[in-house]
Amino acid sequence: MEPFRVHTGLMAPLDRANVDTDAIIPKQFLKSIKRTGFGENAFDEWRYMDHGEPGVDNSKRPLNPNFVLNLPRYKGATILLTRKNFGCGSSREHAPWALQQFGFRAIIAPSFADIFYNNCFKNGLLPIVLSELQVDHLFNVGMATTGLKLNIDLERQVVEVPGAEVYRFEVDDSRKQSLLNGWDEIGLTLRHIDKIRAYEASRASTEPWIFPEQRG
Amino acid sequence: MTNFAQTSPQSPLQTQPRTLYDKLWNAHVVHTESDGTALIYIDRHLVHEVTSPQAFEGLEINGRKPWRLKSILATADHNVPTLGRHEGITDAVSRLQVETLDKNIEKFGVRDYFGMNDARQGIVHVIGPEQGATLPGMTVVCGDSHTSTHGAFAALAFGIGTSEVEHVLATQCLVAKKSTSLLIRLDGNVGRGVTAKDIVLAIIGKIGTAGGTGYAIEFAGSAIRALSMEGRMTVCNMAIEAGARAGMVAVDDKTIEYLRGRPYAPQAAQFDQATAYWRTLHSDIGAVFDRVVEMDAAQITPQVTWGTSPEMVASIAANVPDPAKETDPVKREAMERALQYMGINPGTPIAEITIDKVFIGSCTNSRIEDLRAAAGVVNGRRVASNVKLAMVVPGSGLVKRQAEAEGLDQVFLAAGFEWREPGCSMCLGMNDDRLSPGERCASTSNRNFEGRQGAGGRTHLVSPEMAAAAAIAGRFADVREIL
Repeated sequence: MEPFRVHTGLMAPLDRANVDTDAIIPKQFLKSIKRTGFGENAFDEWRYMDHGEPGVDNSKRPLNPNFVLNLPRYKGATILLTRKNFGCGSSREHAPWALQQFGFRAIIAPSFADIFYNNCFKNGLLPIVLSELQVDHLFNVGMATTGLKLNIDLERQVVEVPGAEVYRFEVDDSRKQSLLNGWDEIGLTLRHIDKIRAYEASRASTEPWIFPEQRG
Repeated sequence: MTNFAQTSPQSPLQTQPRTLYDKLWNAHVVHTESDGTALIYIDRHLVHEVTSPQAFEGLEINGRKPWRLKSILATADHNVPTLGRHEGITDAVSRLQVETLDKNIEKFGVRDYFGMNDARQGIVHVIGPEQGATLPGMTVVCGDSHTSTHGAFAALAFGIGTSEVEHVLATQCLVAKKSTSLLIRLDGNVGRGVTAKDIVLAIIGKIGTAGGTGYAIEFAGSAIRALSMEGRMTVCNMAIEAGARAGMVAVDDKTIEYLRGRPYAPQAAQFDQATAYWRTLHSDIGAVFDRVVEMDAAQITPQVTWGTSPEMVASIAANVPDPAKETDPVKREAMERALQYMGINPGTPIAEITIDKVFIGSCTNSRIEDLRAAAGVVNGRRVASNVKLAMVVPGSGLVKRQAEAEGLDQVFLAAGFEWREPGCSMCLGMNDDRLSPGERCASTSNRNFEGRQGAGGRTHLVSPEMAAAAAIAGRFADVREIL
């Protein structure tokens, strides 16, 4: 996984609450058996005027000129600012894949849906929770200032508006360390192989029906 | 902090009263880090074709193998056609995904696979309990958010992403942090025509789609105990629509009787041994929850969603709300956008909204009890002429067979419904079952998001009885007036 330490980038505001994973990446693109190729279809139904399908050349499709991420001033944005409960709905990891492959490195919102929040960390995408007031302020500044860039420092756990506010955010230490170092979580878990085996042996003695393969 | 019941003084020998969630969590902790992050053991891993290919690929790239093959139960459900299945899948992209699962099952040696043409194939959240593969006290995961369904059996069950699917395959564990606990207690008796679906929609209407975020929900109270296992599954299924990864219900006689004799459940003496443990799986008196929500079940009426989020829900007897009366600007804008997408004017009586299609199915409402209830409304009546398509998609091959043995298929067919093969179908339209732009559907599924059932499609979530009533009337109708 690509580590996340410090990032400075253009912020794009998506002023909607409860953005669901069906909106982030519609179902027809979930048929892919790969981990890549989702970026061009991020927010497909909002971003294009026509209906998208896998295998279509997206560069030839008509863009929705009113969709915020299509506005020239937000071209190249790497930080998404949005409203509460972002990423609700299905567990599809295709949603963070699509956002990351679109170019985002961080998402700022007052709250995230649990599974989506979790999935982001597995993909080097940093979800940042700020208060409603702070998010409101960023929306105001973002609308008023063309080309607003934010600085995000995971080690210090801060979002900085250059020359202005510094907002501190919370993140679990384990998640932070994994992201800072780009660790392979499976590799980390396998350090506890003896504990897992011991746990299984203990459970198999008290709840043998969980382990039918050990019968006879 | 709120007390579940009055706190009884504890002697030093007694352990602290624990919630059901505490018990399930504690029983699965393998290791805890200093920041409270834990490694928890996974007993049952349900696998389907959409969220597993990249996980199996990851295993292969890293030269890893599944840790415990017998924990896996796999099926193909999202992409499978519900018509002409013997001809295979015509959409090449869908076909490749199902064939990829077939290949992975073979390559990695998974033994329990109900492929597309297996008589036991079906929606993963229907077949787990049906087979007795979901048991009380288990941790159950699946790369699918509706895994919360299995919590109806006092299991700790939640949806995961594909990276976590790979993690469970490789290590049989997940890295997780304990959630906070939310007790939703419903006492009182629901009225006639009010179902588990109405209960859970009313809960979501009350607490909102983010009301359960960060929580594990326990559903309790006399109205929950009165539900069948199927009804409890419907309620837990939609815990995720309230934002909670996991929903659960304590074990009682219904849980145990449902599981007795199921193929994957323990048998004979071991069943009795298991039962003795399962009966401890409830919240202790005096257990403390982080939050408690209480509702009077008698006040719940048949529910219909009117917008593009499950929290946008109202009684069949109500009118569509007016955004102009909403004071929160973010909410008001969301309501305006939703009504525009749905093509409905504020103030419209819900019972005047006409429909184009009816879908009875999905992991929320495709079990035998759901089909019986819908057939009870349909029996002897006809689908209204303005309804272009009314379809019933049983949750599994075994549900379908049972329904046919009871003659339910004939009831639906005689009324003008289509009777399909099992799968996820038009809940999310990854196969050919979709809404066209602008089409309005009475659906027993779980999500009414924009485009969920097909780009531009308009979904109204209802119970199976209400979907049946809507099919007959050609518009939403109060099932209590029909029964």
